[in-house]
Amino acid sequence: MKSFNYVIKDEVGIHARPASELVKEAKKYASVITIAKGDKSAAATKLMAVMSLGVKCGEEITVTVEGEDEETAFYGIKTFMETTM
Amino acid sequence: MEKYSGKSVYKGVALGRVMVLAKTDDSVKRTRVADPEAEFARFEAACDTAKEQLQKLYEKAVAEVGEASAAIFEVHQMMLEDEDYIESVQGIITGEGVNAEYAVAVTSDNFSEIFASMDDDYMKARAADVKDISNRLVRILSGTDTGTGMTDEPVIIVADDLTPSETVQMDKDKILAFVTIHGSTNSHTAILARMMNIPAIIGAPFELESIENNCMAIVDGIKGEVIFDPDEKAVQEAKTKIAKEEEKHKLLLELKGKETKTKSGKEIKLYANIGNVSDLAYVLENDAGGIGLMRSEFLYLGREDFPTEEEQFQAYKKVLQTMAGKKVIIRTLDIGADKKADYFNLGEEDNPALGYRAIRICLTQTEIFKTQLRALLRASNYGNLSIMYPMIISVEEVKKIYEIVNEVKQELDEKKIPYKDVEQGIMIETPASVMISDELAKYVDFFSVGTNDLTQYTLAIDRQNEKLDAFYNPHHEAILRMLRIAADNAHKEGKWIGICGELGADPELTETFAEMGIDELSVSPSMVLPLRKIIRDIP
Repeated sequence: MKSFNYVIKDEVGIHARPASELVKEAKKYASVITIAKGDKSAAATKLMAVMSLGVKCGEEITVTVEGEDEETAFYGIKTFMETTM
Repeated sequence: MEKYSGKSVYKGVALGRVMVLAKTDDSVKRTRVADPEAEFARFEAACDTAKEQLQKLYEKAVAEVGEASAAIFEVHQMMLEDEDYIESVQGIITGEGVNAEYAVAVTSDNFSEIFASMDDDYMKARAADVKDISNRLVRILSGTDTGTGMTDEPVIIVADDLTPSETVQMDKDKILAFVTIHGSTNSHTAILARMMNIPAIIGAPFELESIENNCMAIVDGIKGEVIFDPDEKAVQEAKTKIAKEEEKHKLLLELKGKETKTKSGKEIKLYANIGNVSDLAYVLENDAGGIGLMRSEFLYLGREDFPTEEEQFQAYKKVLQTMAGKKVIIRTLDIGADKKADYFNLGEEDNPALGYRAIRICLTQTEIFKTQLRALLRASNYGNLSIMYPMIISVEEVKKIYEIVNEVKQELDEKKIPYKDVEQGIMIETPASVMISDELAKYVDFFSVGTNDLTQYTLAIDRQNEKLDAFYNPHHEAILRMLRIAADNAHKEGKWIGICGELGADPELTETFAEMGIDELSVSPSMVLPLRKIIRDIP
């Protein structure tokens, strides 16, 4: 299992559009990718769950990646977030 | 054959098939099913149909309004693939042995409740997206789906009333006429119909349920009536009228390229009002001398987030380039009152017309205003731009606007981004602005009178309230006197004054306006040539 913390820089936070882009990215991997904010968490492949975390700009999330392709998934998701969120 | 009378807003005649835009009844019954697995398969099939519909809507929206505004339809498609949502529906169908419609409705309520209870106004509004996709599924499942996409054949739109966001989504080439049960002659449907040169009957008293989709209908804007299922005789009469109208239209087209001067040689500029980039075609077709009012709200409505500076810049640039040096007056954001977008989080107001709207939003949330000003100033390089500010009531507001404009100019200077000096004017649409027009005229380059709001505020009559149409006298002496005061005060300072409200297009007043010394009339594109004819006949 690998994990990293990330502070959202996109001024709209994880709105519907960024959330749907994230879900698309997460679905590329076999690993289970989880996003947590405080005591709430959501599977990154579930759009409505991700949206309902209500992550805003400047808030920190913890992303955990677990599964057979976790190495690739970890870097994939991390790069995706750093470049788009 | 069934005939109904209503108020006509454009004197044309149309004959064609009806498309009923029903506000669907989404109440759902709970029934037991014998085979839950087959029921779930039915749900999955409905999901596929819904995704296909959304894909088509997405492609249409990309082509018409751009990728950013279309993205919501892509998000809707992905919501339909949401595992939690599907699992919830499946759980209810198999667990309770009930119909898919019911399972969707319950799931919809649960999920939209999650969003509705969030502490973020944007996320709260996403509850509507969950309901939207769920209602789409229910319509498909229960067979009440009328196909929300437009057909290939142009149709007569029949509806209760139309909201601005509904009309934004319509394919304008596919509309022959509008018929609405509610709405006043100042409603958005009416404004749109005038823009498009198509007949519209407003306030026709029939039950929407009694009208069948696809039936034939005649919309007669001259008589102010609509006939459903017309007989052969009525169809022939309509065809004769349509031919006559076309003949008249041809005669008007001969005025294209001619000057707009009275017989004694006084010129009145005839410009067009537009509400979207796609309306430019109507402007050119009708030979308007410029654009006297471009409502910039189209950039903000019917979408889920603020338009970026770049998006706005591209839209303004396109308009300025298309108009090739002719004057283009763009009005800054006039949202609020009856024009709402969720992401502004404006909240409910007891008295929206007197509320937080237009320049009041811009002077409070200055970032929104600055983004628009930057886009406008950057676009100014591509043509002859003027900027107009709505809902002004004081000189202080104008001063504050200029401060913000100067800040934006400084920022552009620092980044070495070029812009041209533009004329800046204000809308005269509050009684206050008329009363102090002598002062205001010292600060601005021009006035443009918004007669719709000025009339509503002066007569204290809500323009959206159809019950008041009987009390609404657009020719009220109070309004005419106000116009005269504003015109005199503008001219004393050497400034020009135009009218961009519906009153400007009223042929009965054209001569009065000429006599008052009104310098410019900005009207629906369809009224440019008829008014040119009237002005050329004034002695």
